[in-house]
Amino acid sequence: MDIGQLFNDPVGQIRQLLAQLLTSIGLAPQAVDLILMVIGVVIIASFCLLLPLFLIWFERRVVARMQDRVGPNRVGPQGLLQTIADAIKLLIKEDITPTGADKIVYNAAPILSVIAVISMWAVIPFAATIVGTSLNVGALYIVSVGSLGTLAIMMGGWSSNNKYALLGAFRTAAQLVSYEAPLLLSLSVPVLLARSMDLNTIVAAQKDVWFIVAAPVAALIFFLTSVAEVGRTPFDLLEAESEIVAGFHIEYTGMKFGMFFVAEFLHAFTVGALTAILFLGGWQGPFVEQVPLLGVLYFMAKAFAGYFLVILMRAALPRIRIDHMLDFNWKFLVPVALAAIVVTMLGDKLIQTAGIDSAWIRAGLLFLVNAVLAWATYWLLSASARRLRAAEEAAAAGHDPMGGGPDDHGDQAEHAAVAHGDHGPAAASAPAH
Amino acid sequence: MNEWTFIGLFLLMGAIFPGAPILLNSLILGPKKNNPVKNSPYECGIETVGDTWVQFKVQYYIFALVFVVFGVETIFLFPFAVAFQQVALFMVVEMTLFIVILAGGLLYAWRKGALEWV
Repeated sequence: MDIGQLFNDPVGQIRQLLAQLLTSIGLAPQAVDLILMVIGVVIIASFCLLLPLFLIWFERRVVARMQDRVGPNRVGPQGLLQTIADAIKLLIKEDITPTGADKIVYNAAPILSVIAVISMWAVIPFAATIVGTSLNVGALYIVSVGSLGTLAIMMGGWSSNNKYALLGAFRTAAQLVSYEAPLLLSLSVPVLLARSMDLNTIVAAQKDVWFIVAAPVAALIFFLTSVAEVGRTPFDLLEAESEIVAGFHIEYTGMKFGMFFVAEFLHAFTVGALTAILFLGGWQGPFVEQVPLLGVLYFMAKAFAGYFLVILMRAALPRIRIDHMLDFNWKFLVPVALAAIVVTMLGDKLIQTAGIDSAWIRAGLLFLVNAVLAWATYWLLSASARRLRAAEEAAAAGHDPMGGGPDDHGDQAEHAAVAHGDHGPAAASAPAH
Repeated sequence: MNEWTFIGLFLLMGAIFPGAPILLNSLILGPKKNNPVKNSPYECGIETVGDTWVQFKVQYYIFALVFVVFGVETIFLFPFAVAFQQVALFMVVEMTLFIVILAGGLLYAWRKGALEWV
């Protein structure tokens, strides 16, 4: 084993070295395999659990800067140790279980929410050779373990024996379950383009041009719905402080409360990582073939860029009302995601049938198709907005047949306009499919 | 098979890593000074009235049902996407028809007012 090889494939080389070492002390090959696997699992899982310590500090600093504050800067250099101090504080807090809570479900919920996020990292490729395990159903695995997080939040809210927590669980049922539909639909677009569900193959398929060029609409929908799945600020109805105090985790104290936060921050970073893998080329970058270790750097840089965007969304946008949020999902994201699949599918097949091999021409043509789709969506939306405004003006001018007394007239008109507008886009969006 | 052993170990470790600090907190380090008032569910300082575990509103079930339609549809869509290199153009058109029928279902739910939050 020479240094060059160690540099090119460090994990494989160290693995081989350890395997030789363990075999030489007389262990069975199966036992050696198992020990190596356990070591790999422990390394990735501890990376995932230590990462939020940094992410929480990072996010607090960035949000503070956005709000013209300083943020944590006392504990350690630049406040870097603030999260560790917080974790120690959480460790010595009293653990309270509310009277009448369902104890098993109550205690399982925070652990399950961390499992749901950490398990995703088992298949995430850090570099071409640095990956936990290459599942051939990786993309489906990601969404299936990701939806365990929804279950964990509902378990926490339901079992707390608290009405605020129950309201949080109700909202989870509506929000997280709804946003899973466009998430799945937009996820199938990169799978379609790479012809594989294995995340490492999806990254390898973006060698020449990233999928965000070939599928910008799907990338946008994936990013937005993933943020909604995390339950961060534009979509944080499940823990809306000003409405239901703290939502599903209102009764949790100490480390159980902390674990919900670890899961949330890690999930937010995972959104950045998944967007990087599926649409921004993961570990692909210049000179990555000569120096595979550079892939880790590229991947982390892209993942942090995605995470930074999530933080900016959190700092810049107010919370959405629940009916607006559901309308945005079912009446906008789902139809657009369906249309995006159809146009990508037909476009890619036609390109393949025409025998065009160049990755750049293929991506360019698909980009054009997506641009047309985006323009059509914009046109339909502005047409329905025009219709809505016309109905509103007509109602305000006193032509509204449903108008009540003079006092609640404006309110009534608004309802009428909403009713009209909701049927408008339904009819209008039909030709898009 | 090896891959799934890895996943199984990962799930196990995913339970141990958050479980250990929770146990450390609740069994060893945290104080234990319970009293009935402290343990009562939080509700702005007043007693909770009635049973907490009330029924879900029917609206939630409708959204869950619409989701199930899309969840099942995706199960068909993913294998199709993986086999996309081999399928012929008319199969893609068939898949488009499948998605259009699904969109018809969404449109039906929309028209029936199942997507309105009331």
